[in-house]
Amino acid sequence: MSERSQPLSACDSKLADINRYSTFYVDGHFFGIAVLRVQEVLRSPEITRVPLAPPVIEGLMNLRGQIVTAVDMRRRLNVPTGQLGQAPISIVVRTNDGVVSLLVDEIGDVLDAPADAFERLPESLTLEESEIIEGVYKLDGKLMLVLDLDRALEIAA
Amino acid sequence: MDDQEIINEFLIESNENLSRLEQEIVDLEKHPDDALLLGSIFRTIHSIKGACGFLGFGNLESVTHLAENILSQLRTGEKQLTAELISLVLESTDAIKNELSSIEKTSQESGETYEDLRQRLSAASVKGTSDGSLAATVEITETVRLEAVEAETKAASAPAQAQLQSATTTAPPSEAIMSVPVQEALLTSPGEDADKITANKAGPIADSTIRVDVGHLDKVMNLVGELVLARNQILQYTTQQDDPMLNATAQRLNLITSQLQEDVMKARMQPIGVVWNKLPRVVRDLASSCGKQIRLEMDGAETELDKSIIEAIKDPLTHIIRNCCDHGIEAPAERTRRGKAATGTLTLRAYHEGGKVNIEIADDGGGIDVNRVKRKALDRGLMNPEQIAKLSDREAVNLVFLPGFSTAEQVTSISGRGVGMDVVKTNIEKIGGVVDMSSTTGHGTTIKIKIPLTLAIIPGLIIESGGEQFVIPQASLRELLRLENNPGSGQIEMVYGTPVYRRRGKLLPIVSLRDILKLPASGEDSEVLNIVILQSDEQLFGLIVDSIRDTQEIVVKPLGNQLKGLRPFAGATIMGDGSVALILDVVGLGQIANVVADSPLKTRHDADEREDAYEDQQTYLLFRSGAHARVAVPISIVARLEEFSRKSVQQSNGSLVVQYRDEILDLVCLSELLDGQPSVHEEQNDSLPVIVFSEANRHVGLIVDQILDIHSETLRISKEGRRAGISGHAVIDGEITEFLDLAAVLQLAGTAWAPHLAPSKQPVLLLDDNGFSRGLVRNYLELAGHPVLEAQDTNDALQKIARKLPKAIVLTGKLRSQLHAGLTRILAEQKGAESLPLILLCERKDEIPEYSEAASEIWLERFDRDGLIRSLLHLEKTTSVPTDRDAGSSKVAA
Repeated sequence: MSERSQPLSACDSKLADINRYSTFYVDGHFFGIAVLRVQEVLRSPEITRVPLAPPVIEGLMNLRGQIVTAVDMRRRLNVPTGQLGQAPISIVVRTNDGVVSLLVDEIGDVLDAPADAFERLPESLTLEESEIIEGVYKLDGKLMLVLDLDRALEIAA
Repeated sequence: MDDQEIINEFLIESNENLSRLEQEIVDLEKHPDDALLLGSIFRTIHSIKGACGFLGFGNLESVTHLAENILSQLRTGEKQLTAELISLVLESTDAIKNELSSIEKTSQESGETYEDLRQRLSAASVKGTSDGSLAATVEITETVRLEAVEAETKAASAPAQAQLQSATTTAPPSEAIMSVPVQEALLTSPGEDADKITANKAGPIADSTIRVDVGHLDKVMNLVGELVLARNQILQYTTQQDDPMLNATAQRLNLITSQLQEDVMKARMQPIGVVWNKLPRVVRDLASSCGKQIRLEMDGAETELDKSIIEAIKDPLTHIIRNCCDHGIEAPAERTRRGKAATGTLTLRAYHEGGKVNIEIADDGGGIDVNRVKRKALDRGLMNPEQIAKLSDREAVNLVFLPGFSTAEQVTSISGRGVGMDVVKTNIEKIGGVVDMSSTTGHGTTIKIKIPLTLAIIPGLIIESGGEQFVIPQASLRELLRLENNPGSGQIEMVYGTPVYRRRGKLLPIVSLRDILKLPASGEDSEVLNIVILQSDEQLFGLIVDSIRDTQEIVVKPLGNQLKGLRPFAGATIMGDGSVALILDVVGLGQIANVVADSPLKTRHDADEREDAYEDQQTYLLFRSGAHARVAVPISIVARLEEFSRKSVQQSNGSLVVQYRDEILDLVCLSELLDGQPSVHEEQNDSLPVIVFSEANRHVGLIVDQILDIHSETLRISKEGRRAGISGHAVIDGEITEFLDLAAVLQLAGTAWAPHLAPSKQPVLLLDDNGFSRGLVRNYLELAGHPVLEAQDTNDALQKIARKLPKAIVLTGKLRSQLHAGLTRILAEQKGAESLPLILLCERKDEIPEYSEAASEIWLERFDRDGLIRSLLHLEKTTSVPTDRDAGSSKVAA
């Protein structure tokens, strides 16, 4: 029974989710990550700093008894840090080794992006950040950058 | 239940029975008259046979059937128990094990028919007495036999157990009459009283135990961990409340939680005997194959440990036992010659002590020959003679834990292949344990293993520093110290810049947690110093903290992958108020603070992460000079090799020179420099081998005795042999080789190597995660007269920059691009450092970008030394970067 249902559900997810993105803003840039990777979104979590950690790591947070590393996406994406007074938002994402929290400026909607609007980053763009960006969706009125989550979280202490 | 499920049930049950079976068979050898034991063995074999028949495993059935025949003959007294028969039965259990594992993997038998074993089994069951000399009469008193039969019919119900026990108490008379001489090995447990044996064979009582999946237990354990945290939170909250009802309930919750935690932990606990059960068989087999007589004594088999730890020590323990049997205990003849009993004793002892479990493995064998160990370490190139001379006997004995070490003169099939003891050590250290060995020549060796009881929940001391809370595991805590800041009383003093404290007459190194972790100072300095005295391995040090809170049971949670590399932290936990606190790793802290000496006995595994040894793929020129039989210098910094005749060398102004390519070449005699005297060899030979180093337009020649070889290898270079002119040593081709510190040598020689254009005293910051390549580049830079600061990561670099602004940053190594990204970001934020010139050294030409947008970046090839030096000089002369470059290999940003 389980054998029969498997391909069906895989097909389902292909239709429904493959192009569905959770979006967020970092320094005015508009980013998307596959909605299936997002576990939850929290507003201004309490964060404990980790001495000697790389600056990208904002610290550790307590997610209902689980300890989660929080990554400052502003630093990760090489955009100016700071803007005091604005509480960051934590997007808790699933990775192969547990969940990680991404600290972003603002959370956006969940979008369905048409596959034909997708484009890889132009070769000529040789930004340091380009290696953590999978590509761009050309949406109405704006561009959505698709974050390569696994590469973005490759941070060595 | 389908077939597979039945087979799985069968496998689980049979495997469980088998491990008991072996123990029982070996026990039977020393108590051949023990009918209950025999009965139990018979039953086990019988039930395996039955299941095999039912499930259609024909080969297995026929082997077990034959084994059962023999056992049944033993029971009825038709046959006498001999060592030969025991071996045969053990061999059958091996066959059963083999088949079971095949069934587990493929759901089928292996196809092996065990023809030979079956023939021997049937022959043995036909033959009468097999061997007169080994014969031992097995008589079973009528009462015992009756009881045994009764026990069998009643399965293993509790009342039968009780009867069994009473039955054995009647057995001793028969035991006293009959003793069995077994030549190969005598295995006895120390408490040989009947009660103990009964306890041993009282099998699991089917009705009162159930099997639980370990994964499920783990889940429960995690939940209890969460509960402990929630309890801590509630307790913290209630202390601020006045509600008596709430307080009482909270207290109850507290109690229940503690009890629950303890009981769940207990559910995961297993007696160490689970592992030990297999050892008598191992020892017996080893003893007979080496022709030794070994008695195994076990004490404390009931000592309980967490299941995960039991799993982890299984292999190391077996390995140590094998080693003891093979190398430790001598052959009987040798023992008699030394005036010891022919039978060697191997003692296993386990006991709880201070929240840890100690396991001792002691043999009364020949002990470890310290000199042989030292010689071996030298032969294998694991240490150099100086280091070895400094070792105490105890340290020398522990050299056997070094990788690539084996003292057995003869490599046997049992042990001595050079793998093992180092793995034993790493495995034990992995679970937070410590292993130590002591030995007295002629009297034996003792190995002590200390392991934690459990890994999940530990007591910890909460401290505060720089406004953050940290947890120190109680296990490494020794004392708390409070120093009032008034002169006269005990104070912190300085020894060579290191703060120390006189603690009961002994100097204790002191470090500040705030300094190690680079935490911000928290307001005004208080009048009181709080010092936590910690133990790391065998060494003590004091840690200054801002304040000391209380102790708590904490749940250890691992850090995410992004933070795994941070040495000062062992994990994190959640505090009563829901905040996260980091758990300090005392060993890591000590190493960072340099208060814990890096012992030479550390395994290579440890050394990987430390700075006193580094690794790099390099090509080296090997040469000999005076007392230094093998010296190496990286070929990348050698310009040429030359030979000059002795006559052509002239003295000029007190130094040696030679005419070379229409120039005067300064010569430095290396042996004179390092040893203080020209080597003897020099006088006998007319030609002088010279290594020429050059930089820009300057050259210097180094006179050596003989050029030996060129060698390309990835080496581990240890900085331990460091002294003037020698930067460290490593093993090349099995020989200890010293590494030349060229900059130091040339400085010692006082040659005219003074740079043409004196560079400013402003340092160059060298950023590279690899210590060795950093050392190489440092060499070039210092040769050219640039002071060098080294940093291994961007944080480190940032601190160095903050302390002293360098004139440029040089980035090298594999992580260059990663470091680069981090660095540019950091620099942009750092005041005064935004426009620091960056020089990037690439591994290959094609990594150099055609165009770089940052104006202050220079890309060079890794070995373009001249380019590097020139770029630095240019940077000093002009703030702008030169655009025309003669070296085609480098590109400069416009």
